[in-house]
Amino acid sequence: MSFKKTLLALAITTTAGTAAFADVKVGVTLSLTGPGSGLGIPMQKQLTLFPKTIAGEKVELIILDDASDPGKAAANARRFVTDDKVDVIFGANLTPTSAAVVPIAFEAKTAQVSGAPVPPQGDKESFLFRLPQGFEVMAHAVVEHMKKQGVKTVGFLGYADGYGQGWLANMGPMLDKAGIKMVDVERFARTDTSVTPQALKLTAANPDAILVVASGSGAAMPQLALAERGYKGKVYQTHAAATPDLMRIGGKTVEGTFVVSGPALLGDQLPDSHPSKKQAINFVTNFEKANGANSRNQFAGHAYDFQIAMEKVIPMALKTAKPGTPEFRMGIRDGLETMGRTVFSHGVMNWTAKDHDGYTLETGVMTKVVDGKFIVQ
Amino acid sequence: MDFSIASILMLDGVTNGAIYALLGLATVLVFTVTRVIFIPQGEFVAYGALTLAMLQTGKIPGTIWLLLIMAALAALMEGVARWRHSGHPGRALKAALKTLIFPAIVSGLSIWAAPQQFSLWIQAALSVAIVTAFGPLVYRVAYQSLESSPPLVLLIVSVGVHFAMTGLGLLFFGAEGFRNPPFWDERFNLGLVAVSGQTVIIFAVSLALIVLLWLYFERSLRGKALRATAVNRTGARLMGISSHSAGQLTFLMAAFIGALSGLLIGPTTTVFYDSGFLIGLKGFVAAVIAGLSSYPGALIGALFVGIVEAFGAFWASAFKEVIVFTIILPVLLVRSLRSGHSDEDH
Repeated sequence: MSFKKTLLALAITTTAGTAAFADVKVGVTLSLTGPGSGLGIPMQKQLTLFPKTIAGEKVELIILDDASDPGKAAANARRFVTDDKVDVIFGANLTPTSAAVVPIAFEAKTAQVSGAPVPPQGDKESFLFRLPQGFEVMAHAVVEHMKKQGVKTVGFLGYADGYGQGWLANMGPMLDKAGIKMVDVERFARTDTSVTPQALKLTAANPDAILVVASGSGAAMPQLALAERGYKGKVYQTHAAATPDLMRIGGKTVEGTFVVSGPALLGDQLPDSHPSKKQAINFVTNFEKANGANSRNQFAGHAYDFQIAMEKVIPMALKTAKPGTPEFRMGIRDGLETMGRTVFSHGVMNWTAKDHDGYTLETGVMTKVVDGKFIVQ
Repeated sequence: MDFSIASILMLDGVTNGAIYALLGLATVLVFTVTRVIFIPQGEFVAYGALTLAMLQTGKIPGTIWLLLIMAALAALMEGVARWRHSGHPGRALKAALKTLIFPAIVSGLSIWAAPQQFSLWIQAALSVAIVTAFGPLVYRVAYQSLESSPPLVLLIVSVGVHFAMTGLGLLFFGAEGFRNPPFWDERFNLGLVAVSGQTVIIFAVSLALIVLLWLYFERSLRGKALRATAVNRTGARLMGISSHSAGQLTFLMAAFIGALSGLLIGPTTTVFYDSGFLIGLKGFVAAVIAGLSSYPGALIGALFVGIVEAFGAFWASAFKEVIVFTIILPVLLVRSLRSGHSDEDH
């Protein structure tokens, strides 16, 4: 680990040494160690493919490890704005670390593009741009699919935490509008020893479809409990469950499950009509060429999308000011807000002054588990 | 709610209750002998289930490396302590080797057996052996030198051990959960409810373990020595019962019970590196219902917790944990009103 850090420091000092004054500087804070490193390291790998120049200007990435610690992330951000005077900050990759950067970026009037979902920040929102999809765009794809399938009644079985609550709050009004009735809401926790009571109640209500809101390997357990209680209707899963862990734990039982997903990892499987197809393929091929087959990762996708945004925004900001000046920093922020409809690997982004989440409703893709694989519907 | 739903909930509650009962018994056992409120009891559950999951995939479980590191540390502590005490390097070396030998054998065996893909039962036995070996080492490293401290100090050490073990669990097993294959893939229809083979195993093993514990404490000399330590530490020491070895033996049993519980629930739920904490805490609630002193009390308390949990999850799933942990309040109230005096330690 310390060897890695030394390397990193070496890389930073050498790049800093050769950097000319007017380079575009990007401050990157990621969790390269600690519990968030599973998210941060793929992002760092994608950043090694970041272009050396954009619009004729050299781009310098200053990558620091925040060790998954909000205090360290804040210190990194402080260094970016006072010592390095960066033009834009990318990071962090966890909600707490990212939130720690927000006030510093706001104070220094430097745009922050976050790779993690950060809750609404009030007036500090103006310098914060989020890359992960919000609940709304994903819930939209789920409700649209339910409408098409003729679903009339829905049961909800979700985590008793912020993730479950976010889905519940966003699904409610959309279901009302679609004329679908939510007949039962049950909650559970990832570490529960049994979901049988909740499954019993849901099967007794017997809705046409049940939405399971859970993540990773935690998403299979409720579905196994539903199957054990003889539930025969449709089961929907959210994008946090769109990992191979669902099939690893769930096996045959999860066959036929509908899983909503972002487009980035689906690559060439996307229908030609999906706007992100080209960028998703581009991201997947280049990333896997550098890191090996099946190394694709949604977080690396966010880093790729950051690159797309920068390639669009830096030329815009260069028209008004030179890199390193407050005007240039402001130009980048304004650019992110006014760049308009931009196709990312993770969907179609349209940040506006009112909306710094930004994804349009074209983003979510419905997949179905067939023979242990996610197949686009 | 009709009768069939109620009986399914009862079965679910009693099944989980049986696991909580084992952990409750372990908690009572550890507390009475060593006065340690052993919060990390649940960690042994997760370690047991996940070690088996790792062996299932043919990998050497990360717990082995932790075991070796802890064994080396414990052996060093033991050797130094003995050297200081007796001033005899040979005796110190012997003591250190004695600490090292069981973990070393278990580790060696596991490293050899891991890639061989043995049958589920052999892997299960190996997992129990690995996790059981942790028990005395945890006691030696974390608690032994603080043996005579007040319970509050020991409780705080427990909190530290809990965090260390959860963090190391994340390091060794990763953030994702595992579900083990069932030991007995059979279903029986008993009137309204279908009972799975795994449920039968859970009941049988819990019952057998409770009977064994009873026999051990009633009939064997070592069991009686542990009871003597529980009743009066100083008195027991005067009678030649070492409080060190009593503590290590107790932790050995606690780790064994934890590992076994892990194997029992592994096939019925997805176990994560941090799953153990809540399971252990429910066992703790059961132990508190029993006043941290009575084994039959812990058993009844655990079944009660399991049933309340199942019905709570049915009626108000969002408040399930709230309901379970609120039970402890009236119980404590009644206990404090009934006993009316405070223990010397508090």
